Amino acid sequence: MKFDGARAMFVLFVVILIAAPLAAPQFWITLGNYIGLYSIVALGLVLLTGVAGQTSFGQAAFVGIGAYTTAYLTTRYAASPWLTLAIGLVFTAALALFLGFITLRMRGHYLPLATIAWGISLFYVFGNLEMLGGHTGMTGIPALAIASFELKDERRYFYLIWAIALAALWATRNLLDSRPGRAIRALKGGLEMAEAFGVNAARLKIIAFVYAALLACISGWLYAHLQRFVNPTPFGINQGIEYLFMAVIGGAGSVWGAVLGATLITLLKEVLQDYLPRLLGRTGNFELVVFGLLMVLLLQFAREGLWPWIERVLPKRRPRPIPGAAPLPSRGRTSESGALLAVRQARKQFGGLVAVNDLSFEIRHGEILGLIGPNGAGKSTTFALISGALPLTSGDILLRGEAIGSRPPYEIARRGLGRTFQHVRLIPTMTVADNVALGAYLRGTSGVMAAALHLDRAEEARTLAEAARATARVGLGAHMFDTAGSLPLGKQRLVEIARALAADPALLLLDEPAAGLRYLEKQELALLLRALKAEGMTILLVEHDMDFVMGLADRLVVMDFGEKLAEGLPADIQENPAVREAYLGGVV
Amino acid sequence: MTTLLDIRDLSVAYGNVEAVHGVSLKVDEGSIVTVIGPNGAGKTTLLGAIMGMLPARGEIHYCGARVNALTVEQRVGEGMVLVPEKRDLFGSMKVRDNLELGAFARLRHGDRDALRTLDDVYARFPRLRERKDQEAGTLSGGERQMLALGRALMGKPRLLMLDEPSLGLAPLIVREIFSIVSALKASGVSILLVEQNAHAALQVADYGYVLETGELVIEGNSADLAANPQVAATYLGQSATPRSG
Amino acid sequence: MDLTIAALLTQDGITNGAIYALLALALVLVFTVTRIIWVPAGEFVAWGTLTLAGLQLGKVPGTVGLLLGMAIVAGAMETWQSVRAAETHRLPRRLLVWSGVPIAIAASIWWLAPMQMPLAVQVALTLAAVTATGPLLYRIAYQPLAEASVLVLLIVSVALHFAMVGFGLWFFGAEGSRTPPFSSASFSVGGVNISVQSLLVVGTSVALIGALGLFFGQTLYGKALRATAVNRAGARLCGISPDFAGALTFALASLLCAFCGVLIGPITTIYYDSGFLVSLKGFVGAIIGGLSSYPIAAAGAWLVGLIESFSSFWASAFKEVIVFTLIIPVLLWRSLTTHHHEEDE
Repeated sequence: MKFDGARAMFVLFVVILIAAPLAAPQFWITLGNYIGLYSIVALGLVLLTGVAGQTSFGQAAFVGIGAYTTAYLTTRYAASPWLTLAIGLVFTAALALFLGFITLRMRGHYLPLATIAWGISLFYVFGNLEMLGGHTGMTGIPALAIASFELKDERRYFYLIWAIALAALWATRNLLDSRPGRAIRALKGGLEMAEAFGVNAARLKIIAFVYAALLACISGWLYAHLQRFVNPTPFGINQGIEYLFMAVIGGAGSVWGAVLGATLITLLKEVLQDYLPRLLGRTGNFELVVFGLLMVLLLQFAREGLWPWIERVLPKRRPRPIPGAAPLPSRGRTSESGALLAVRQARKQFGGLVAVNDLSFEIRHGEILGLIGPNGAGKSTTFALISGALPLTSGDILLRGEAIGSRPPYEIARRGLGRTFQHVRLIPTMTVADNVALGAYLRGTSGVMAAALHLDRAEEARTLAEAARATARVGLGAHMFDTAGSLPLGKQRLVEIARALAADPALLLLDEPAAGLRYLEKQELALLLRALKAEGMTILLVEHDMDFVMGLADRLVVMDFGEKLAEGLPADIQENPAVREAYLGGVV
Repeated sequence: MTTLLDIRDLSVAYGNVEAVHGVSLKVDEGSIVTVIGPNGAGKTTLLGAIMGMLPARGEIHYCGARVNALTVEQRVGEGMVLVPEKRDLFGSMKVRDNLELGAFARLRHGDRDALRTLDDVYARFPRLRERKDQEAGTLSGGERQMLALGRALMGKPRLLMLDEPSLGLAPLIVREIFSIVSALKASGVSILLVEQNAHAALQVADYGYVLETGELVIEGNSADLAANPQVAATYLGQSATPRSG
Repeated sequence: MDLTIAALLTQDGITNGAIYALLALALVLVFTVTRIIWVPAGEFVAWGTLTLAGLQLGKVPGTVGLLLGMAIVAGAMETWQSVRAAETHRLPRRLLVWSGVPIAIAASIWWLAPMQMPLAVQVALTLAAVTATGPLLYRIAYQPLAEASVLVLLIVSVALHFAMVGFGLWFFGAEGSRTPPFSSASFSVGGVNISVQSLLVVGTSVALIGALGLFFGQTLYGKALRATAVNRAGARLCGISPDFAGALTFALASLLCAFCGVLIGPITTIYYDSGFLVSLKGFVGAIIGGLSSYPIAAAGAWLVGLIESFSSFWASAFKEVIVFTLIIPVLLWRSLTTHHHEEDE
């Protein structure tokens, strides 16, 4: 077996975790317990902030819910702690769902403000409810017992905390490396891109938020049974902010960043709380100042956190080979004749401005249609109408006879439309394989639970095999495991096409695919498109590059001022006087 | 004739794409120079780089001095004014306010003349005077273009740069705009005109450059360019063999 | 609850609401022009109160140290940047603005503090001091990040909040302060007691809101700020630099916060860390206004004041809970009325 450096590091880490409670002094065990507890919360934030791009300052409140639920139920009702964990999780999920629902469908900056507000709100609830013991809190929480073995000793508890932390890391890693994980990571590529592939952005953001909340709840539960008393202090807004700092310092891009961040902040806090008062000659929470300044500097100079620096030094994981698997269920290419897409009297108005004016044309099965026209003619708007990015003001667009005019993009994608973007929208930190696999999102079904528990491997294998096929189809088989951001633009555009192909479309919509390409790259692209057409694909091409489109398209539709100016064979269009005038300009 | 703007070997990159590559051009004082070419050629990027909105390699000399290090606002203060392709008007603000802000750089330095320029602008664009208390967002396409031009003129430019002034406008209005452009030259403003509409641009300009995929492919007097069949070829893709069925 | 109590609570609510309204406006202003969610606003409010309190006791307030510290850092940054850009000829003027002015203000306060100047002078000094710290903060912490995403700017704001609270503790100490009311008079209108102090607070607030409206509607700089908020690129092409807009915005916003501090001093005891909760109430108002509409934000803030006032009567322990949970129905309402999903930045 070949030496896998990354795996070796991990084994070493686990060995340290096992050895520590046996040999280390009490101080370090206590610290280790807290680092473990914090890591679990920070992990949720890595997913929420680093991957999904949403911030929450209120995780401490969720920790509080986990802690208080178990504290109350075990002391007042003598409930089993394992039951209270379940109850706490359900309660947390319900609350997170509600809060996520009302904030995550709007602009991203509402969530953090909302989390600050209700984080404080919950803190005051904890502190003022008599039944929760007010500001003094609740004591006498029973210890956890596994079988009849009581976990009263901090050293034994260390194993529990870290076992759960590692399980959480494992689950989160699985989640990121799966169908829903790709979708969550796609959120950073822009809403338009994610929705084009069927990702329900709002739903996924809420899922990420709930996931983070559940992790925080677990941490709170563990905390309550470690301390065996709770009061509101650790669940206030300052702690909530510290959790976010942990995720940011660690590097919100990797699950290990959570552990790194939790470790750094905890250790730093210890050191500062000891030395700062001595240094400054005054008592007070001055470590907060240091944290604040550190954060500002970090965001100015190392926005991705510190984990990437460590990652560079560590040995890399070898990529897993793509398994050969049965293909995903296909839509089936119909070999019909007639119109695949029909645009009928399509109209788009922005207030008083008519961008598309009663436009009508058809795309026939198996043809390459070029949509051209001078700048401002309405091509991009028409493209947006067909792909569903903009709703029609009036008129119809029919895909295989079905009206798609005002449907959202993911529904249109589901009906057989694949597309690329004018400015390449790949996730630069994901591999080519993962980017392309995103295209097959709608062809899969695995959800978050299955993904986290690694139960989705069969479907994942088929999806990756599909991605491999699409990637090879566009000639990039050798680049499967390269990160998309490392490829030149010409190849990135091919990756976008592979991604669109992975969706098994009937109609491929290409938005200025030749833009920014060098001559040879354009040749390569034209060859690919002709080959796809030969296999029965229908292609709509919006282009400015006349050289490119004249030699490639079967037919052209020329737009000007939002209307169809001419339609026909390329050679005829070139000679058409109205078209020449539209492009070169009439006599003024 | 002094050279007002001297660009040497300008290159502009967007990420891993070089949108403009090794472009050199000159604008003499009191003349209209046009840069034409098909879409995607990099014309807007070129103007953005000259204005300082985009980072660029190469030399940009204005009024004899190297201005690469100046910020956008500093260049505006030196009399370099751009009317961008998207117009970038302040839609929710009144026409009058849009115009006043065009003179911001001058007003900030205590130039009393600024408000007299407003009268000149109203004289040139009577429709703007009619609509001076309306929100800019309610104007029609042609009126927006006039407002954008008017706002630029409020800055008393020495070098006026226009990015596709004919964009989205009906032929009649295009004619109006271009006659205003000619009149501006007569009043001493030097103009760098980027246009897709080659015919209109070459009719009003003195000198022209043709940009294709980021590089200058042809240059010459506008009369020569207008008669040059190669110009049409870059627009209509006549270098490839078109499909004919 | 009888009419007298209701009237009293209403008066309290409107008075507090007036202060929250000024804060809400400051927050909307900063967000629309710079896309910064200005969490540290509360610290500026606290510094306003603490500065005035210090002056009233004849002591040199901690603001002096704060101004000096920031002036030195800003000066160092300006020097470093001018040297790197080889623009040393502009340096004297820049240092005058960024270091000279705050040092001058600090020096005046240090000199005048023990002299027990009349209230008007003390208020003026307070306003000058706190207003000066705003643009300095922008210059030091935010300007290098001007093009970052809203999320990053928010995290920076929160980090700065931590730092500013700590600096507050260092410069002002841990003791709370309360300033005496500007007037203890009151009069009756139809059986309801109205205090002149409340009238002054509300009056000042309304006057400031009116002045702000005039500033944005009639002055060149006000229009320039509006333009930057509407179209940043277009504003740059008119010669309005984002740095200038940012500094001016922060000056205005901290002036508003300074007024809040002066007005809130007689109402509650303010400690070095009291500002956060006050600013959050302003935020609730700003969120009601969608972080974009001034009138709705102000109205929302007044609503917060009233709800807080009545809650403190009926369920005083849960006053904060009610006020902050208020955000939830507001967000629910907003999320239901936005039909399409908006792009995150």
